[in-house]
Amino acid sequence: MAVESQSHPSQNHLPYVLILNKPPPAFLIFGDHFYNSPKFHFLKAYESPLPLPQFLLAHAQSVRAILSSGSAPVTADTIRLLPHLRLVVTTSQGLNHIDLAECRRRGIAVAGAGNIYSPDCADSVVGLLIDVLRKISAANCFVKQGLWPSQGDYPLGFKLGGKRVGIVGLGSIGSEVAKRLEAFGCSISYNSRNKKPLVPYPFYPNVVELAANCDVLVISCALTDETHHLINKEVLSALGKDGVIVNIARGSIIDEKELVRCLVEGEIRGAGLDVFEHEPDVPVELFALDNVVMSPHNAVFTRESLEELRKIVVGNLEAFFANEPLLTPVCLDDQPHFSG
Amino acid sequence: MATDEDGALPIVLVHRPANFHFPFKDRLETQFRLLDPFDSDPPESTHSFFSRHAASVRVLLCVDPEPISGDLISLLPNLHLIVCSSAGVDHVDLQECRRRSIAVTSAGKAFSPDVADLAVGLLIDVLRRVSAGDRYVRARLWARNGEYQLGSKLGGKRVGIVGLGSIGTEIAKRLESFGCAISYNSRKKKPYVHFPWHKNVYDLAINSDILVVCCALTEETHHMINKDVMTALGKEGVIINVGRGDLIDEKELVQLLVIGELGGAGLDVFENEPDVPEELFGLNNVVLSPHCAVATPECFDALEELITANLKAYFSSNPLQSLVEFE
Repeated sequence: MAVESQSHPSQNHLPYVLILNKPPPAFLIFGDHFYNSPKFHFLKAYESPLPLPQFLLAHAQSVRAILSSGSAPVTADTIRLLPHLRLVVTTSQGLNHIDLAECRRRGIAVAGAGNIYSPDCADSVVGLLIDVLRKISAANCFVKQGLWPSQGDYPLGFKLGGKRVGIVGLGSIGSEVAKRLEAFGCSISYNSRNKKPLVPYPFYPNVVELAANCDVLVISCALTDETHHLINKEVLSALGKDGVIVNIARGSIIDEKELVRCLVEGEIRGAGLDVFEHEPDVPVELFALDNVVMSPHNAVFTRESLEELRKIVVGNLEAFFANEPLLTPVCLDDQPHFSG
Repeated sequence: MATDEDGALPIVLVHRPANFHFPFKDRLETQFRLLDPFDSDPPESTHSFFSRHAASVRVLLCVDPEPISGDLISLLPNLHLIVCSSAGVDHVDLQECRRRSIAVTSAGKAFSPDVADLAVGLLIDVLRRVSAGDRYVRARLWARNGEYQLGSKLGGKRVGIVGLGSIGTEIAKRLESFGCAISYNSRKKKPYVHFPWHKNVYDLAINSDILVVCCALTEETHHMINKDVMTALGKEGVIINVGRGDLIDEKELVQLLVIGELGGAGLDVFENEPDVPEELFGLNNVVLSPHCAVATPECFDALEELITANLKAYFSSNPLQSLVEFE
């Protein structure tokens, strides 16, 4: 039970790790013991009746580390209220919810999920793509409604092999996607902030050109100020009537209103979407479309990846408190800004 | 185009389901004279039509799933070749064909990549709950109830492929890129294949987390995936079937899925299509597909090309492609 007035280390002198105003998803799935360790305690702001700023003020002196997840942003305001903060560990793949510039300014280290999610995320991309092209979810509904005997054969799907796939953001996830889709006979090209010297796939300097030369666009880049609404009307138009888009990155990378309009009016062939601009709210126009496959932001969530995550989160926190190197430090010099 | 002695187009007898829509009939008719019982006026039974044209028929185009029995074949004493439109030829009396030295061609490898794509798509769907998640979002349960059930990682799973033919090989290639460990069972061990071979399906199931069924349906393979095999696969086991419904004891499969003794299934084929056991409709860990593993326009183009090429080859005495080997 949270102790509001306490501002000193716990009775057995274990350090505190602060969790902000939302518990991490793993707590909701497995229980709030999931990241337990004998080396630290959690201070759970979300369990307190105090508004967050007051809670932070009450505990400012004891907090050296934060455990964050995508739904609990680490803003400059939060950071300023915690003068002893030296580490932010996040359970998410994305870093857009953390004010990285403020962390860099104050010498606060950030540790992420590393590459543990990449294979599962890539599997989701391929699953969503095959589903959209071959209409798996829609046909499944068709059969389960008992329509096969009366309505006869289901409409044709589209072949995956030979499709030109453009990957926006050829990081760890993008590379795993490329590896898989090559095995299906797709050809791969990409756009990234910089051309990658050792990569065999054709590079396009901007996303419009990439889209114009692809049948499938996979969004696997970070959300930053530059990539906000990167996929806009121009890009979708370049992708064209036979184009499919798959997004497992962040909803705001796509101009969602424009995407919905294109889908409703048949200006693109279909979409596989794991993320949305205002989760968990999804544009209702999509519910009527059978060329759209949606998942509730769980492209990274498998039992196995969460177990890996548990080891990394606990490992990073234990290393920090033991003054040892972090397992999955994020290089802050490399990170573009996201103003949120 | 090669014509017969009196300059007329070569004759091809067509045997097809009554309600079948023949997509490339017009194009075939520019090169061959198609004899189709359903075109006869006044209407005539298949038996009668076959008998009447028997003398002039050397080639039969058999459109699946319309079966061609020994009885029908015996009406055609001059039959040399049956050209089939599917990869599976279990609907053809192969024993009779062998006895009469009638060559049979199938769709061969034309469909294999698309079938493999569907098999993998079904597998990802079952393991990662893609269809179920889509339904969850559409029912507005994400906003109401939060996170959906966790899926299970594909990488590291042991996949047992039943029948490492053209389709099985394409499936293996894809699943290797996901980090799955592949092993297989087929009639004979394949000499140049590096995946472990198991001499029977039971052994394969014991050593696998997932079974992908993509072999031919024959007398030996009928109900090959039975209760013992499925029990050996285990409570977390997943079965994907893109072969033929009769390869699996469907009643047992349904029972095991309903009581939770099998982890899940992705099925494109069933014992009594288009009838599908209704007990499967309510199961979120089961993904059903209306036998459309080959339903892409590209598959049909490839099929048309292959069928046309084989018909031309026969009439100009050139080698045939995708000949079915008799056991």
